[in-house]
Amino acid sequence: MSRKKISSVIAPTIRPAPAGLKPGATTPKIEPERYELFSSPAYHFDLNRREFFKILGGGLLIVCVLPRAEAGQESGRRGFGRGEQMPKEISAWLHIGENGKVTVYTGKVEMGQNIRTSLTQAVAEELRVAPESIQMVMGDTDLTPFDMGTFGSRTTPTMNPELRKAAAAALDALLDMAAKTWGVDRSKLSAAGGKITDPVSGRSTQYAQLLKGKELAQTIPAEDPLVPADQWNVMGKPLPKVDGRDFVTGKHKYTSDLKLPGMLYGKVLRPSSFGATLTSIDTKDAEAIEGVTVVHDGDFVGVAAPTSALAARALVAIHAEWKSSPQQISSNILFEYLASATSIDSGGGGRRLGSIEQGMASAMAHSEQTYNVAYIAHTPLEPRAAVAEWKDDKLNVWTGTQRPFGVKGELAAAFHIPEDQVRVRVPDTGAAYGGKHTGECAIEAARLARAANRPVKLVWTREEEFTWAYFRPAGVIEVKAGVRKDGTITAWEFHNYNSGSSGIDTPYDVANQLILFHPVKDLLRQGSYRGLAATANHFARESHMDELAQISKMDPLAFRLKNLKNDRLKAVFQAAAEKFGWGKTPATPDRGFGIAGGVEKGGYVATCAEVKIDSKSGEVKIVRVVAAFECGAVVNPDGLRNQVEGANIMGIGGALFEAIEFADGRILNPRLAKYRVPRFSDVPAIEVVLVDRKDLPSAGAGETPLIGLAPAVGNAIFNATGVRLRSLPMAPNGIKL
Amino acid sequence: MPKITELFINGTKHSVDVDADTNLLSVLRDHLDLTGSKYGCGEGQCGACTVLLDGLPRRSCITKVGAVAGKRITTIEGLAPDGNLHPLQQAFLDEGAFQCAYCTSGMILTASALLKSNPNPVESEIRTFMEGNVCRCGTHLRIIAAIRRAAESMKGVSR
Repeated sequence: MSRKKISSVIAPTIRPAPAGLKPGATTPKIEPERYELFSSPAYHFDLNRREFFKILGGGLLIVCVLPRAEAGQESGRRGFGRGEQMPKEISAWLHIGENGKVTVYTGKVEMGQNIRTSLTQAVAEELRVAPESIQMVMGDTDLTPFDMGTFGSRTTPTMNPELRKAAAAALDALLDMAAKTWGVDRSKLSAAGGKITDPVSGRSTQYAQLLKGKELAQTIPAEDPLVPADQWNVMGKPLPKVDGRDFVTGKHKYTSDLKLPGMLYGKVLRPSSFGATLTSIDTKDAEAIEGVTVVHDGDFVGVAAPTSALAARALVAIHAEWKSSPQQISSNILFEYLASATSIDSGGGGRRLGSIEQGMASAMAHSEQTYNVAYIAHTPLEPRAAVAEWKDDKLNVWTGTQRPFGVKGELAAAFHIPEDQVRVRVPDTGAAYGGKHTGECAIEAARLARAANRPVKLVWTREEEFTWAYFRPAGVIEVKAGVRKDGTITAWEFHNYNSGSSGIDTPYDVANQLILFHPVKDLLRQGSYRGLAATANHFARESHMDELAQISKMDPLAFRLKNLKNDRLKAVFQAAAEKFGWGKTPATPDRGFGIAGGVEKGGYVATCAEVKIDSKSGEVKIVRVVAAFECGAVVNPDGLRNQVEGANIMGIGGALFEAIEFADGRILNPRLAKYRVPRFSDVPAIEVVLVDRKDLPSAGAGETPLIGLAPAVGNAIFNATGVRLRSLPMAPNGIKL
Repeated sequence: MPKITELFINGTKHSVDVDADTNLLSVLRDHLDLTGSKYGCGEGQCGACTVLLDGLPRRSCITKVGAVAGKRITTIEGLAPDGNLHPLQQAFLDEGAFQCAYCTSGMILTASALLKSNPNPVESEIRTFMEGNVCRCGTHLRIIAAIRRAAESMKGVSR
């Protein structure tokens, strides 16, 4: 492939911004490493204490201040002071009403990872109340403090301890009040079940009683002691999904289920291909349909109608001509393109250690391989959806997004209105997996609602979701290594083109390393995906580790352990191997065993897989998986098992058969009939081994369990057949034997 | 275009006024506010829209409303009419057989049809019957466990 061809590549952009939308307001491209943006901008909260209690009612208010702001403050507890202004950088707040009702406000959102449940546990633990008495208000930009977004497995390591601190501070304040009321030493009092008891006199009081007629507000002290993990009563134990009943009865309202009075149903006319521009349009026939509003604003064309059927009819009645962009790269030459494309910037992150040349020189054997990773789609079962309403100069939007405050900003920018005129609410969402960071659906719904002067609901079709959202980046990874006769890795060189730098560092102990991420001009709109590039990087690394073990004539597990000093990773490798019975059964041509593992986002995973190969058809079936996972102290063991199982099942798709195919600026398989996702028949037996480290802080778990599956399966296929598969997906049509 | 004016859903007659070629899913969701049935793919591939027609699981997104007039339609809202959960609903809660739960109503309705025709299915039968229902969060093994648990709890109870 010539360089000239590559330079003519036009990357698809998000559908053209309507006139009246600021160019770029819809964030056309997300950098793959968006997760790294952990620092939060200052939150300018303009309510004062009085207003706060006017909204929430009397009682006790505890405000969590972000650590950065905390550092600049005096230590110890403090009230709001004379000015009564709220502190500026707030991560969450917690309110206990005069009726004893506990309400917790956080900008995090629930999309199936079950943090509504685990955060409830955190508050229940420290406040000593029953989980049922706690209400979590999540992802509402008017009611909850600013939050960067729910991604990067950050909820458990950050929001969980912040809410625990808030709850602990609330309990402190309540104990103070009770001690003062009774004139006793507060250290003698105990709290349980929403009640404070004085064991000496036998007196007790409900929290609600203490708060009657009070309006108390405090920011939390940094040094409040939390309940240690080995003394947890609510955390560390399984708690079923809160509100679970609403989900099994169909009562829960996802964004796509909402209905406002007078609401219309929206549809958007999509360009004929990525980058296409509108050359002519005739909307007369659509406008003639009663009740239909047509919006034609720049390259944005959409309709709103009283029923979804009518909206669909109106859309078909629009006659539009599009001019396609020049030639675009197709998926059949994707990897050639990525391998030959020039880096667009050299600062993509990585590591240099020792000297690769010297490491290679001291090696007995050398290896060099290239691994490919295809674009894949998140395919959340609930597609992007938004309901938008303009009311009294305020734009109200309900939408399933991982970044309610980010989408609020996108809406304000798109419509040139101040952010305080926008409110975004996120109903518990039908999954996201990293795919719902952006607000295009919300902007489109709001544009239609403004034109129709009525609330509008827009639910993307599956095809729109497959085409106009964004993808997990494709990538090419080149690995070179040298190994000594005794199996010691002496040199490790690793280049990732385009897919990203998450999990790019090797956890193995290698003296000479060169590890680089090379961003190149992307072909499709790409962004976050559960686990990010850690899946690609672990696939390449852990496959190559197996290749080195083969060269060294060592058992794959023994080879890894020989090159590993990280005790936590060693522990999960050993736990998985033991449960799996690693090395006990010899491989046959139709049955193989593989192992892989890694460290990412504070989680340690080792995965063993057993595959069955049909010697006639070449069909690969994963029959058994053992995943050992360690993420510090386990908050909700059943919720965690659910995540580990789910991550492994989701990982099957990317490992074996999921791939987005594209040509001429179009997605060729934008339907579930053509894009294969894991189904019941694909799911192996899965055993999860949780390594519960009560001595370590809890880390997130939604992503990392996914990263071991693909390499473990690839290694198992090699173990059975001797065929090494180096491209994800590995066996969309079985393997050639 | 012929009109459909009446549908028999969850044991109750519902008045509607829709073209016969409208898909059942949008009538349930948009016209009757029965939003427990979900849109997932619009081509009968994911099962999120599953309802029961005269007791058999059908994809409401590709079913024209004209074809179901006069039939008994059951949606997830009709499974616990008296507020007592169906054993499958209880089993899904007990097994924690969901994450985002967007697929749950379709899973439960499909499973209810399975248990009707095969009250004691073995795992492979459950997998085969449920193959057309997609769970993207990957709770398949819990769903299988929930169906077995429900089958167990329904033994000797006719529903």
